[in-house]
Amino acid sequence: MFEYNFHWRPVLKSLPDLLQAGLLTLEVAVLSMVIGITIGLCLALMRMKLEGPLKWFAVSWIEVARNTPVLFQLFFFGFGLGAAGVNLPPYVIIVAGLSFNCAGYLAENFRGGFQAVPDTQINAARCLGMNGWQTYTRIIIPQVFRIVYHPITNQMVWAVLMSSLGMMIGFRELSGETQFFASRTFRIFEYFAVTAVVYYVIVKLILGSSRLLSARLFRY
Amino acid sequence: MQETITFFSGFSTPDLWFLADAALKTLWISVLSISIGTVLGGIFGWMLHEGKWMAALTVGSILDIFRSVPLIIQLVLFYNFAPMVGLSLDPFASGVVILTIYTAALVSNVARGGIEAVPVSMRKASRSLGMSYWQDLRHIVLPIGGRAVFPAWIGVVLGVMKDSALVSVLGYVELLKASQILITRTQEPFLILALAGAFYFALSYPISRYAAKFEQRWAQ
Repeated sequence: MFEYNFHWRPVLKSLPDLLQAGLLTLEVAVLSMVIGITIGLCLALMRMKLEGPLKWFAVSWIEVARNTPVLFQLFFFGFGLGAAGVNLPPYVIIVAGLSFNCAGYLAENFRGGFQAVPDTQINAARCLGMNGWQTYTRIIIPQVFRIVYHPITNQMVWAVLMSSLGMMIGFRELSGETQFFASRTFRIFEYFAVTAVVYYVIVKLILGSSRLLSARLFRY
Repeated sequence: MQETITFFSGFSTPDLWFLADAALKTLWISVLSISIGTVLGGIFGWMLHEGKWMAALTVGSILDIFRSVPLIIQLVLFYNFAPMVGLSLDPFASGVVILTIYTAALVSNVARGGIEAVPVSMRKASRSLGMSYWQDLRHIVLPIGGRAVFPAWIGVVLGVMKDSALVSVLGYVELLKASQILITRTQEPFLILALAGAFYFALSYPISRYAAKFEQRWAQ
């Protein structure tokens, strides 16, 4: 019944390339998380503090990012902008798509975090003579950071998993590289099995280091 | 005069039906795998709750793999693995199998959270009223715990619905694949992507709004 012969040698031979591509996956995920956190914070503040067109811009960004598939968003940055004459390289497409998506999800997490910090904290900080900037950077943001720490970790894991969609737009990160090698050697199962293990290790490393970091950061 | 062959033709009414049909396929594969996956996930969640560390080591770690490896890799792996053990599955069946297990892996965590959300004293009270273990599970834990994690479950459902777009990697023509095909022929990416995106959005946005309202009511 089981007549398939596994051939692991081609996979072992290209393992260095795969690990190199794994680093590229991490790079893309980290980069889009950094951009996503920055934009997400701005979107959350725009949604809460502002009125008018800027607020609606933030709301529509958040809702579109959360209610459409990531693959659709990547296609939009790829085909959609391509038709408008803006031809982006795959690296930019994937970073832009993931940042767009992460920003939308993180904005809602940040909003929840800001709402969980009582307003009296702001009043107290102002009473102590802090100005608006000091109040935010020294009182509010540290408390919000504590609340959104775990959602950010989860989003980081999602960013790594979503970056595998690079395969669909011709970007050679871990999945794309795997597909490239797999279609050259026809050892599809072997290649993707190894890639699955690499992804699993990456995710576990992120979760583990996040746990260590949180033990160090939130001691009090 | 010789007839000229045109490879590109504009967007026409039959294309709209093609898209609608593909949208139905997206719905069908999502509904099927979400309903089976939720039942399985409920059972796994109950096992995780009752089985303590034994279940956490066996069921828990297996389900954890499905959460830590990108869905697209799981799909490719399973699609290429099935023929090795003598199964010949079409893309649809492979997609349903993997999406079901993926849903079950996500729902199991939600279900365990739901069981743990029911206070132990309440369950003891129901047992001392003479209810059997199963009656307690059916009439106390299911309604109370179910309501507590309903928004989280909706989150999983919407996530899987959007992720069903990835089954296109196996060649199953669902909404996003259909739009990609049409884009290649009509060269009108904006119109077609907007239609596809609008479908996902129209499906996902009202449900997520409803879940958010439900959560607010529940919090009061």
